[in-house]
Amino acid sequence: MSARAEARAWLAQRLSAAVLAFCVVVHLITMIVAVRHGLSAEAILGRTRGSLAWAAFYGVFVVAVAVHAPLGLRVVAAEWLGWRGTIANVAAVVVGIALLGLGARAVVAVAL
Amino acid sequence: MHAPENQLEVRVWRGGATGDYQTFHVPRLASQTVLDVVTWIQRHLDASLAYRFACRVGMCGSCAMSVNGVARWTCRTHIEKVCHGDRLDIAPLANLPIIRDLVTDMSAFFDKWAQAKGQFVPTSTRKDPFARVPPDSPARAAVDAAIECIGCGVCYASCEVVAWNPDYLGPAALNRAWSLLRDVRDAGNLERLAAVSGDAGCHACHTHTSCSERCPKHLSPTGSIAGLKRTTALAMLKGTL
Repeated sequence: MSARAEARAWLAQRLSAAVLAFCVVVHLITMIVAVRHGLSAEAILGRTRGSLAWAAFYGVFVVAVAVHAPLGLRVVAAEWLGWRGTIANVAAVVVGIALLGLGARAVVAVAL
Repeated sequence: MHAPENQLEVRVWRGGATGDYQTFHVPRLASQTVLDVVTWIQRHLDASLAYRFACRVGMCGSCAMSVNGVARWTCRTHIEKVCHGDRLDIAPLANLPIIRDLVTDMSAFFDKWAQAKGQFVPTSTRKDPFARVPPDSPARAAVDAAIECIGCGVCYASCEVVAWNPDYLGPAALNRAWSLLRDVRDAGNLERLAAVSGDAGCHACHTHTSCSERCPKHLSPTGSIAGLKRTTALAMLKGTL
């Protein structure tokens, strides 16, 4: 990638990491609090479905994952598998789209 | 097998990349450095041993080797600091091609300083008056923190990213680029930022901090690389990268 694209990728990964740091903490605390009295999956879905706030929160979470993980895996692929240039970039985009699709599906199932 | 009393059992790398360790027994002396040990072997046991040194006092940076798996200046490393038994392994610096025995080819290391635009680009001529740079200015303080590198290669040999990506410019070259980037007299920063931003540039650093941990001058190439990352990101946002 060009110098500019490389700097953009680095900034995107840093910003998405900051978003993830917040989202993961909120997610974990919510999970622990939600199930501490034996709340069932059905009861949880009853609270999350129709909630625009939870849909927005997990939507942002999924987008951050879809940005962050492929950029990291691209570097791992370069260092461990020797994938550099186009092949690594294409693989990263494919992983990003897959994560975005799977994540969006989960958000729709939980919040809508 | 242990060395006889008051002797060190020293395994020294011999040959090139496909070489092997050769064992020597060397008298253990007070205040002995690793360089003393290597020199004793060459002068008393095997005159064909190839190694590199010059100043012997930590100024030239030419005697760096791998001592018990860790890159160090051999002239400033006392045996008692690194050898807790009676065995010592001495090898050429990692991440560099071996010429013979303990001597590496450092061409790639220094070529990368040039690739990172490590040359000063003046903004004035010799006819102009001297530039006045306040010693307490933030830019000068950043330069001070990075400028004492003597190019020994210890950071480069300690860097895992260099091992994974041989094209990676490495801590020393990027540290040099950072010291010039903060030099108010320098005019080469646009080209320099582009040179240090590629796939093999500052963004490849994983912040393992091995370079800063091992630097005999106690510099922080990690901090310099972080500065380059911030500066390249700002330049990208401003559209100058």
